Amino acid sequence: MSRAALLVLADGRFPAGGHAHSGGAEPAVAEGRVHDADSLADFCRGRLHTAGLTAAALAAAAAHGLDPLALDAAADARTPSPALRATARRLGRQMMRAARATWPSPELDALAAARPRGAHQPVVLGLTARSAGLGPEDAAHCAAYETVSGPATAVVRLLSLDPYHATAVLARLAPETDRVAQAAAEAARRGIDALPAASAPLLDITAEAHAAWPVRLFAS
Amino acid sequence: MSVRARARLRAEPDGRGGSALPVLESDGPLALRRTRSPRPAYARVTVVGAMSAPLNGDHLAVEAQVADGARLTVDAAAATVALPGPRADADPSTYTVDLTVGEGAVLHWLPEQLVSASGSRLHQITRVRLAPTARLLLREEQILGRHDEPTGALTTRLTVHRAGRPLLDQQLAYGPGAPGGWDGPAVLAGHRAVGQLLLADPAFEEGPPPSRLLGPTAALTPLAGPAVLVTAVAPDARLLRGLLDDATRELLDGLKEDHP
Repeated sequence: MSRAALLVLADGRFPAGGHAHSGGAEPAVAEGRVHDADSLADFCRGRLHTAGLTAAALAAAAAHGLDPLALDAAADARTPSPALRATARRLGRQMMRAARATWPSPELDALAAARPRGAHQPVVLGLTARSAGLGPEDAAHCAAYETVSGPATAVVRLLSLDPYHATAVLARLAPETDRVAQAAAEAARRGIDALPAASAPLLDITAEAHAAWPVRLFAS
Repeated sequence: MSVRARARLRAEPDGRGGSALPVLESDGPLALRRTRSPRPAYARVTVVGAMSAPLNGDHLAVEAQVADGARLTVDAAAATVALPGPRADADPSTYTVDLTVGEGAVLHWLPEQLVSASGSRLHQITRVRLAPTARLLLREEQILGRHDEPTGALTTRLTVHRAGRPLLDQQLAYGPGAPGGWDGPAVLAGHRAVGQLLLADPAFEEGPPPSRLLGPTAALTPLAGPAVLVTAVAPDARLLRGLLDDATRELLDGLKEDHP
């Protein structure tokens, strides 16, 4: 594996559109549930162990070579919120565009042809990692880290939180992020039936509420 | 002494427009009783708790099959309370539910709440296999702790396949030993009652009801397949049931012909 390729893929400036999404932090801030660095940490920790674990396992499974269309269906079943399914597919489409320009591969072409409106983002992320010569752990780390870095960055804007404090939240979560990525990669090696389906009721409920806001800073 | 019990039931069309129960096997704490159904086409079975269960270390299972064309309602006489039991070192208890619903068959699976008492550890697993034209109404409610006590450790997994494809897969983990953040702003934010109501119906192939909020902490969402899911959190069991009852009434009113 190439460590530099992992840095390219995990870079927040990788042009895959993630910066427009708060990962549920915008409604959580609006409802006062996230209001400072501590509550941000608690939010990120909860998201990491639920949506993060699930996404990381899907990404690891795609990187491991499991059937991306079966994984896409598994992602649908794990995403009851239509707003979050639409977001995942939109982000998947954007990542696919960047991936095919960056690390072209027949597997990416095949998934793009089969899901022209976008496959679930973690599946595309995993397949991108595979095309870049990266492994399941790498893909899982990218997916797990994204589930916490998105909200942390968004909350800096939403709350005018000190960026140093937001980054410190991510740094303190690093050991847990590693463990989640490891667990996700191990599950992926056991096959599609072993993939976790951890979910967070409030993330699903508030995603629907947020999608109906007439004006919002973030797309999700 | 831990308990290992497996209850089984099977509904089949009785040839006279109703449904018969050729298999109705109670086991240990899982007592099944045939009860009178207010819906004439349905057989009805009520799970009567014969003793306190599950205690840590117990392994309980229920298997229900609804044959092609049969209609079955399963409900319960009382909430299931997961309790710690006498042995502090016992393994977690398990409660496994396997449901199979055939072509043109209907299952209303409406147990009472699952209460996770302080000190208890329970893994609940519900697996459902639906034929392409099967109909399912399923309710699950998790109550975290009895009145004014901390919750036990509870994990649940609900996996539903329809026509061999995944329709819904959800895992929840709460209480001591659960991964961090379970009670935080992304997951429960202090709510102590969590519920799911799933309605799968081939009628939704034509277009399921649109996504809708049912108050600030509940949403009705169309799944990727022909089904809708209500996800709700509430401060307590009574408020949660109120939300789910309203949603049930409204959803079934829209499908009167399919769930007579």
